[in-house]
Order: sequence, then structure tokens, then C-alpha cells
Amino acid sequence: MKRFAKLIQQLELSNKTNDKIEALVDYFNYADDKDKVWVIALFTGKKPKRPIKSALLKYWAIAITETPEWLFAESYANVGDLSETIALLLPPAENTSDFQLYTWIEELHDLEGKDDETKKEFILSAWNKLETQERFIFNKLISGNFRIGVSNKMLVNALAKQSSLDSAQIMHSIMGKWDPYKITFHELINGIHVNTDNSWPYPFCLAYALEQEPEKLGLISEWQAEWKWDGIRGQIVKRNGELFIWSRGEELVTEQFPELHFMMGVLPDGVVLDGEILAVQDKRVLSFSTLQQRLNRKTISKKQLEDAPIGFFVYDVLEYESKDFREEPLSVRRKILEQLMGGLDESPVMISPVINCSSWDELADLRQTSRSINSEGIMLKKLSSHYHSGRKRGDWWKWKINPYTVDAVMIYAQKGSGRRANFFTDYTFAVRDGENLVTIAKAYSGLTDKEIKEVNSFVTRNAIEKFGPVRTVKPELVFEIAFEGIAESKRHKAGLALRFPRILRWRKDKNADEINTLEDLRQLLQSTL
Amino acid sequence: MALIEFTKKGIYCKQGDFYVDPWWPVDYAVTTHGHSDHVRFGNKYYLCHTLTKPIIKRRISEDLNVETLEYGENISRNGVNISFFPAGHIIGSAQVRLEYKGEVCVISGDYKIEDDGITTPFEPVKCHSFVSESTFGLPVYKWQKQQIVFNGIRNWVNDNINQQKTSVLIAYSLGKAQRLIKNLAGDTPIYVHNSIANLNEVIIEAGVNLPETIRITPETTKDELRKGIVIVPPVMRDSRWIKNLSHPVTGICSGWMQVRAHRRWQSADAGFALSDHADWPGLMEAIRATGAEKVYVTHGFTAAFSRFLNDEGIEAAEVLTRFGQEDDEENKVDLAGQNENK
Ligand SMILES: [Zn+2]
Ligand SMILES: [Zn+2]
Repeated sequence: MKRFAKLIQQLELSNKTNDKIEALVDYFNYADDKDKVWVIALFTGKKPKRPIKSALLKYWAIAITETPEWLFAESYANVGDLSETIALLLPPAENTSDFQLYTWIEELHDLEGKDDETKKEFILSAWNKLETQERFIFNKLISGNFRIGVSNKMLVNALAKQSSLDSAQIMHSIMGKWDPYKITFHELINGIHVNTDNSWPYPFCLAYALEQEPEKLGLISEWQAEWKWDGIRGQIVKRNGELFIWSRGEELVTEQFPELHFMMGVLPDGVVLDGEILAVQDKRVLSFSTLQQRLNRKTISKKQLEDAPIGFFVYDVLEYESKDFREEPLSVRRKILEQLMGGLDESPVMISPVINCSSWDELADLRQTSRSINSEGIMLKKLSSHYHSGRKRGDWWKWKINPYTVDAVMIYAQKGSGRRANFFTDYTFAVRDGENLVTIAKAYSGLTDKEIKEVNSFVTRNAIEKFGPVRTVKPELVFEIAFEGIAESKRHKAGLALRFPRILRWRKDKNADEINTLEDLRQLLQSTL
Repeated sequence: MALIEFTKKGIYCKQGDFYVDPWWPVDYAVTTHGHSDHVRFGNKYYLCHTLTKPIIKRRISEDLNVETLEYGENISRNGVNISFFPAGHIIGSAQVRLEYKGEVCVISGDYKIEDDGITTPFEPVKCHSFVSESTFGLPVYKWQKQQIVFNGIRNWVNDNINQQKTSVLIAYSLGKAQRLIKNLAGDTPIYVHNSIANLNEVIIEAGVNLPETIRITPETTKDELRKGIVIVPPVMRDSRWIKNLSHPVTGICSGWMQVRAHRRWQSADAGFALSDHADWPGLMEAIRATGAEKVYVTHGFTAAFSRFLNDEGIEAAEVLTRFGQEDDEENKVDLAGQNENK
């Protein structure tokens, strides 16, 4: 556990990707194989069995330290993390332990079904033999997750470096279905488990935002341009007579979209398609807010099926005749895709069209029309490109249209979490509605550390009211808020809601009289319907 | 009638007609220690500990009119007896004890309980009322023994030297820097920034036994620095100078480093929880030892700490002061978010 505790500390303190990878490689070089499996599990969001509720941990910690509940709450507010607060509050440990990470996890697993008294005894004795940092991790195993800025990609790179295996293969392996209680490290990184699994999708290939002039990309004839659709990225997997639909969040969503189930009879076995789940009517893409009515629902009513019919625009084919085609160039994959989708004209599943243009200028003009077809801009994919795992610079670019913007004033501020637990970083913004201010969005990030400190000090000095962690502040600071879309909303007092609001910049040059009005936003809403 | 009141200019003793650590210019300023949130320019007379005198003369102005006292010595001003007792915070830091007609009040300035090896250790003083800081007045702040922390720093430095990295410790030039020098001195040479070297000179001249260090000059090579320990003040933290060193790694020494959120926010490569302020058990121990009936809680987690004292049956009140608002590095981190209670 000490080694893992040290790894966590290193990962938390380093800001550079290379340092993080170095720390991971170092860890994988020396750690116990069983521990390594768990580290991969924890970092990819797989949680161990948690036989104890975090409320109980807190309760026991309060009891043995005789801390009043309010003082615990004050401490928690300062520390920003429950597991850590408990770890710091407890008296120094009287014993030590050289249990491995996996041993603790197995011991915790064995507590399942035991009574509270047995659990309490186990936890208290564990706390009494762990150092503060180890205790923090122990508590996290029971009640939290390890959000320490290690992306799957980083983890995979470290594993590839340490094991000399191919990184795409490792990515596929660790994204597969596996049970950390059963699998060995060797089996895991060699992907013994993935080949036999019918359902498993491939890691999505993602694009970077294009920040330069497209001319810099070279000849337009070397690129494939497509519309960038604003829906849910998904994969349709058909293997051994079974159909699976995956969303980009690595979630199986097959049941949510019955409109797509007919693909079961249409697609041959051994096919995986990459595309976008969209609300589609008469081959026309509907707005994202329409699609939203169909997301995250356990049951779907007839009305929802009628109001928000679903379609799937196919971008790419990743597997065909049970062979992995990701290493083939896009031009080859596109041919296969066109062949495969040939007979599907009258269905809600169709190939996402290629935009044919002979010059970048012509394409730039077309891009301006994106919004009229509910597209977010243009995707540029190099015709020679492979289907990469994750993000890779150079082959795929998203050339989005500029976001909508609105000038709004900050009216509430709230402290952030984690690294920013002691700073007001989450803000609520309002626009003018006659004499009043109406809340239109909550946003955080987008400011530099220096600006956050400045805003923080403003909030501290200008708080009018406290509601728990929220401060009402003098409406004075104006920010330009960017957003991707606007929709009607009954839940919001303004009657509308912004999509993906974020702070574009701090308009120090403007004062609160110069912000936008609710009427401005209503007009925008009308124009998009 | 109470011995002190809290006024716009600072803590005032009416009976003696003087202030303790005032933030506006006054005639007579009794000074607990040399951090700039406790001693400011512009007072006619200063009264401070013997070791604080050369420090404030160097930091503020050579022209100050300064009277001094040793620990345990006393003088009388308008019938109020003033004496100094060690506060253990930094070199020369004093708790100010006031006595008038049998009534005793102690203003502790900043203090810590642990003997840091260079500052005269804290001594509890019996009193009726006690003014206490609360910089780390939450029970999550509990310090490890300084030897453990220094072992951690030494291991970090050795690892860095082995990996050809330059160890840069960020520490406040008055107090923390000298504590690091005293406790880290050994086979590895210590290089210090100008502002620290200047203060060291003054401190050594005043008779404090401080191990030898090397002043960093334009001639100092990166190679030399890589094989040593570099200590610089917080202003240098994000400087180009550090970035230009040979593979620099920075370590911050501050009580705030106890908490992950603060460590990450500081964007240093390492954080060492080493503080010149009392931790939670230290604050409680100090206050109980005074036997005070009334406690005034100044800068820090004033609300939480005074509420806890009241719950424990010790009458306590939050007081708004200007302490902890600048210069003292640990208070500065605090400024970023926690002083909203004031
Ligand atoms: Zn101080
Ligand atoms: Zn102070």
C-alpha cells in the first residue's frame, strides 16, 4: 500500500504528462502483479466491492475523535474531500502494516454481509495501522474514486512502455469487460478476455479542434470533409447474431434505441460501425434538445418515440468480416462502408455524407451554413488515416463553427472541489430582464489561475449573502459566456437553457449595464427552432 | 475595565496609551515580531525583543526609534507593566504580557509550540485574557514532529541530486528560511537568495548561531546549485530564474501542504507540511496552559476556533484584525479563500 500511496502523491503533484507516465512506469516496474491489476481497475473507474457506506466512516471517525459534527463539516469544507478529512482527523496510528493494496481490497470484500460491529472493528483497527496518506487511500477504496488526472491514454502509454506491448492492443484490453478480482496482470494486458467477448467496442478515434487555417493542412484532395453532427457518438456492434449499441461514455445503450434494432437483421456478423446517434426525421437531423428527450431513460413512451425519432449517421467501419480494419486507410474503409450500407436507403441509418469541395474557400463558405442543418461545423479526416485509439494530433480535425456568446454578470459564486476546494470557482451568471437579473447559466473553468484568484478576492470582499457554500455577490463582474446551443426549458426561471456554457473571457472593459438581455436570448431561441 | 480594546488602528491599551502590532501609524508600537503584518512603517517608537530590532531596522528603516526588552524583562508605561515571553514563532518573536492593577493580558502575536532548534521555544504565560491567532485552527491541521518532516526533505533532496535535478525550496525569508538552514545543514551545501542572505547577516551579527550558507550571485553556476539545496523566497516561485536552472524541482514548506487541495493548487513538485504556526492541538494546549478566562481569536479560522472554545467552556470572541493579510507566507495562502469569516 505504501508504494501505491507514493504513486498517488507523485501523480497528484506532477503537472506534466511525461512525469506522470514516468511515475506510472516506475510503479508498474516494481509493484506486485495483483496490485497492478487493481491500479488499472481503479484508474479506469472500476470500483472494488464497497461493503461500508461512507456515512458510517464519517460517523465512526467523529465518534473516536470526539469531534463535533459542525467542526467536522468545517474541516471538510476546507479539505474538500471526505476520505482525506477523515484521514487527517484521526489520531496518529499506533501500529504499522505492510499489507499490499490488493490485500486490503480483498479484506474489504470479505466484510460483505458482516454486521456493522464487525465492520467497525475492522475499519478502526485498519486506521490504527495506516499512515495518513495510506489512510486516505484506504478510505477512498471504500467511498471515493481516484480522480487524479490520469487519462486512459496515459495509463495505456505507461503500460505499453513498461511491457513493450502495442498500445492500441492494451487500450482494447483494458477497456474490455474483466473482473479485477479474478484476472491476472498478464491476462489483462495481453487481452485474453477481449477476443471472446461478442459485445466489445473499439476505443473511439477522437479529433482535435482545428486552431489554424485549413490551408495549412495541405491539399484539400487529401482530406475527407464531413458534417460534424451534434448527437451522441456511438458504435453499433454486430457479432455472432447479437447486436450491441455503445455510447462514447463506454455505456451499453442498446435498449434505449429500439429504432436501431432492425440493424440486427441487416448487418452481417463481424461488423462494427462508428457513427452518431441523432434525432432524425425524414433524413433531416433535429436539434440536440430534441435528442435529449430520449437520453438516460429507463422506459420510452409512445409519445417520445413519435416526438424524437432516432437515427444513426455512420462515419466509419472498424470491423468487417470479423477482421479489424482500423489499420486500413480511411479511403479503403469508406469504400467498404459504402458497399455495406448500399441497400439501406429508406432507413433511419445512413452514411454520413461526404462534402465534396474543390477548394478550402468553398468549404469555408459551406461551413457557415452548418447551423441550418443542425450541424456544429465540419470534420476533416485525412484519407490516408488509420482509425486511432483516442486522440492523436494530425489526422482528424474538428473545424467547428464559432460558438454563440452572451455577456452576463456574475451573481453567485461557489467553491470548487479538489484542487480548487478553497477557491470560488463555480459561478452563476445572469442577464437583464427589465429591472431584474435572471439566471441563465452556471459555468466554471475558462479562467487562468491568476484570474481565479482575482475573482476569489472579489467574492470574499463583496459577498452579500451566504447560503451554505454559495455566496451572493454584488452584480459587477461581466463575463463573456460561450455556448453551443439554446433550448426551451420549464425548469429554468428564464424559460430557456444554454448548452455547454463556459467562460470565454472576463470582460473587464464592460460594466453590468452593458450586458445582454433575456429578450436577446429569446430571439436567438426563436431563430433556431 | 479591560486592558485592551480592538480599534481601527490596532490592539490598544488605554491605561498605558500604546498599541500592540498596530496597522496604522501610532506613537508607541509594542511589536511581537518582525513579519510585516505585525510591524509597519511610521510609528514614532517601537518596543520589541532585542533580536527583532536589527531585523526591523533592516527590513523597514535604519532610522526607526527602537527600544528593546529581553525575554522576562519588563518596563512600565503609564503604570502598565509590559514584559516579553518567547512565542516560538520566529527568531525574536515575543508574547506581550501586560499587567495593570493585578489584571494580566497576553497578546501572543503568532506562535508555535514545537522547539524548532533556532527560535527560543514557546513558554505559556498565566493570564486573565489571551489573544490568540488561529491560522491553523481546524482539527485537520496536526503537525508531525519536525525531525520527520526534515527527514522527508533530506530524502527528497538526495533523490533529486541522484536524478540530476536541482532542489529548490520555497520558504519565507524571515523565519522559515533560517529554520530550514539550521535543520538541513550538513554535507550538502545550502545556497540562498539575496534577500535571505541579507537577513542571515543581520541575524548572525545579532549573535544567533546560524550554519554557513552560500549567497547566490550571477557567478554561481547551475552545476553547483544542482548539487546543493537552493532556498528562495515565495516571490521567486514562478520566476524565469528557477525555470532556467538545470531540471529544477520545487518544494514548498508550509503548514498548508498538509492538505492535498492546497498542495495541488500551489503547483509545486513537492509539499512539506512545516509551519511556524501552532497546529490545532498546539493552539488548544497553549490556551489551556494560560488559564485565561477570556480568549480573543484573531487571524485564521476565527469562527470555527472560537465556537469550539466556547463549546469547551472557554469564553472566546472573534476579532477582526489585519494580521495574516500580507507577507507571512502561510497567511498569504490562507488569504486565498478562508478569511471570509472576518
Ligand atoms: Zn508571523
Ligand atoms: Zn501573523
